[in-house]
Amino acid sequence: MSNALLEVTSISKNFGGVAAVKDVSFSLEKGEIVGLIGPNGAGKTTLVNLVTGVIPVSSGTVLFEGQDVTRQRPFEAARRGLARTFQIVQPFPAMTVHENVTAGVVFAANESDIEKARSIALDHLNFVGLGKEVDRPASALTLPSRKKLELAKSLAMRPKVLLLDEVNAGLNTAEVEGALDLIRSIAQRGITIVIIEHLMKVVMSLSTRILVLHHGELISQGLPDSVVSDPKVIEAYLGTKYLERRKIFQGAK
Amino acid sequence: MKNRRIAYFFFAIWVIALASTPWLANNYIVKIATFLAMYAAIALSWNFIGGFAGYPSFATGAFIGLGAYSGALLQNTGWFAPLAWGAAMVIVVVFAALVGKVILKMKGHYFAIGSIALVEVLSHGASSWSRLTGGGEGLNVAIMAGGPDFIGKVFLFTMIVIMLMAFIATVIVDKSRLGFGLRCIQQNEDAADMLGVNVMRYKLLAFILSGVFCGGIGAAYASWVAYISPGDSFSILVTLKAAVMVLLGGAGTVFGPLIGSAVFVIFEELIWSKFLDYHQGILGLVVVLLIFFLPNGLLKIKWSR
Amino acid sequence: MIYTQVLANGLMLGAIYACIAVGFSLVWGVLSVINLMHGAFIVLGGYLAFFSWLHLGLNPFLMIIPVALVLFALGYGIQRYAINEVVSKPVLITLTVTFGLEMILYNAMNLAFSATPRRIVLDLGVVDFGGAMLPLDRIAAMILALALTGLLYLILRTSKVGRAIVAVRMDRDAATLMGIEYKKIYATTFGLGAFMAGACGAIVAVVFPISTSLSGLLLGKAFVICVIGGLGTVPGALVGGLALGIIESFAGHWLGSQNAILIGFLLMLVLLVVRPTGIIGKKGYE
Repeated sequence: MSNALLEVTSISKNFGGVAAVKDVSFSLEKGEIVGLIGPNGAGKTTLVNLVTGVIPVSSGTVLFEGQDVTRQRPFEAARRGLARTFQIVQPFPAMTVHENVTAGVVFAANESDIEKARSIALDHLNFVGLGKEVDRPASALTLPSRKKLELAKSLAMRPKVLLLDEVNAGLNTAEVEGALDLIRSIAQRGITIVIIEHLMKVVMSLSTRILVLHHGELISQGLPDSVVSDPKVIEAYLGTKYLERRKIFQGAK
Repeated sequence: MKNRRIAYFFFAIWVIALASTPWLANNYIVKIATFLAMYAAIALSWNFIGGFAGYPSFATGAFIGLGAYSGALLQNTGWFAPLAWGAAMVIVVVFAALVGKVILKMKGHYFAIGSIALVEVLSHGASSWSRLTGGGEGLNVAIMAGGPDFIGKVFLFTMIVIMLMAFIATVIVDKSRLGFGLRCIQQNEDAADMLGVNVMRYKLLAFILSGVFCGGIGAAYASWVAYISPGDSFSILVTLKAAVMVLLGGAGTVFGPLIGSAVFVIFEELIWSKFLDYHQGILGLVVVLLIFFLPNGLLKIKWSR
Repeated sequence: MIYTQVLANGLMLGAIYACIAVGFSLVWGVLSVINLMHGAFIVLGGYLAFFSWLHLGLNPFLMIIPVALVLFALGYGIQRYAINEVVSKPVLITLTVTFGLEMILYNAMNLAFSATPRRIVLDLGVVDFGGAMLPLDRIAAMILALALTGLLYLILRTSKVGRAIVAVRMDRDAATLMGIEYKKIYATTFGLGAFMAGACGAIVAVVFPISTSLSGLLLGKAFVICVIGGLGTVPGALVGGLALGIIESFAGHWLGSQNAILIGFLLMLVLLVVRPTGIIGKKGYE
């Protein structure tokens, strides 16, 4: 038996006649940072939704810490320590930043003392750098701050596995750098991370391993360098743009 | 919140004022006080599902009607009235739990009309099942012994007690995980789910809370007026009034339903007594103006500096 | 055969039901507003037709369009000045606003027309069709109801305004990008809904006694029909209306007329759980 934290076996999802995810299998070991890449519409977010119980699988199994969690509901995934962020950030808009994160501590981390939860939430908020905005309503935040709020909320859930869905979408270069540092420090806390990303620079610099999804199928997985030079992957991305980048990377090393 | 303590204090004064009306005023005022307590309880009940959870439920009419008929039928078979009222509350809890599991899977518009359909089904069901319920002609309940003054006091205190129960439940929920979770659900149900809130269970609890006290009110009301009919007992209008009261006072707050119901009941009584013919129209106008100018209710007005 | 009669009754009723519901369904589907005034609009149309018949001797069938136009103006005005403010708010708010407006209209009608039921009596005789006795005024009502429904369908399909309405229903933001002013479309749609209600009211006045208390009943039918048939489309209202008419007719025959209405609401409840979008509907209203 492997000591895989998360084991996904032959997962598929059909919507009507369309296969959004086809027979995908992979596993996650503790401490990894796995990049999940693929062209738009490849099924990355659907895969995350399947693994966290947001939508039911059509077939296949999901094992988390050895337990079969295929049929779990989202709140159960949250309580188990399987957390995810959203591409389009979903806060509780009228509640303060502080309350937003406190919710994560109270429910996912199962803290019954609400006051204690509030102070734990403050720690998380300071960690991501939102210490000065804790009393503002979540809807008033700028985009980079909203992303930090998402991260703080997911940290509040005491996750064992954190699935980051396009956490850098909409951020400028400096903001992306800041996000990368934050993600690295999260990983240093022992949290296993899956990062869905478009920016190759982010994926290459963070990931210990990469999975490539295309039309719902896993077409390649392995170490970053080998995946990126895999002809199937290059083909999926319509090649040239990423080949160029790869050359730049190799030149820069 | 220091404001809280002041609010509790004023509430206590209010309750004492209502309870003393039989000795300080005439029967008409006692009746108004009874209605004030009754509608406060109904508004507080609706606040659980409509205010805290944000689900536009019209099931209040179903709960009140079910409570009324349960209480009336039990009383007619010889049950001691307060026991009949308590039993009615239990029946409504069971009903809300069963129905809630099904109806709370719907959201928004569909949930609203589903709850309306619920009221209509019960109402027409009561009309049809005439052997049990007396059908469209209604059901008589034995009038309590003791004379009008005594009866007036009994029902005033009954309604006050139910109101207090609903109030205490509201305060507890407001401070608890349940209240927190319901607020999260109201803001963004999917996000709440993903953050570990057991959404279905919390909604169900809110739904049951929105019904239990209404069941008691319906049963007590049936005993009070001694006659019920499907059309009046299963009323969508009552739910809408409750919603307006809560919106008026401030949805999802502890004191909003109290303030809103008090203002509404007094206002309606003034209009009714002075402008009987225009009463409905004026009420309608007030409701419309309320929505336009006070969308968040009296308590949530941001008093600008 | 008795079933021919029951079926015929059901179809005649169903056609009128479809007409009752189609305006309501359109407004709900396009504006996402549940218009609680719809029943009152129908009743108002009925009263206007009745009083023109009573005092001016005008044939109600001729009055359909004029009455409908009056209602259109009323609806357009109400939408533009009142409902537009709350169109994008949660369903409870829109319900409460339309409910408040309905109370005003109801009170006004009670004062103006008094609560006595009014019915236009056109003694047109009865026709025997395969054993079923079909009163001619009901047949005329049915044909007109279907014609009106068809008219609305044509307007939506072929006219510029109609297609704009359909576009807004499908995707408001996309429609705005194409240059459609959705607020005007909202007002027009609401006006159209009132138009259909008024016209239907004129028809209904020939067949049933009109009184203000009818408004709640009609509204309830519209709800059930929308759930059965699906929101926002004319075929949906047609299917829903005919289905309800037939179901009520047979349920009334087998179980008694009191239970016929109950069956309708039970069906609605079941459908809401099992297939909320109805037989034809596609869009969901979460």
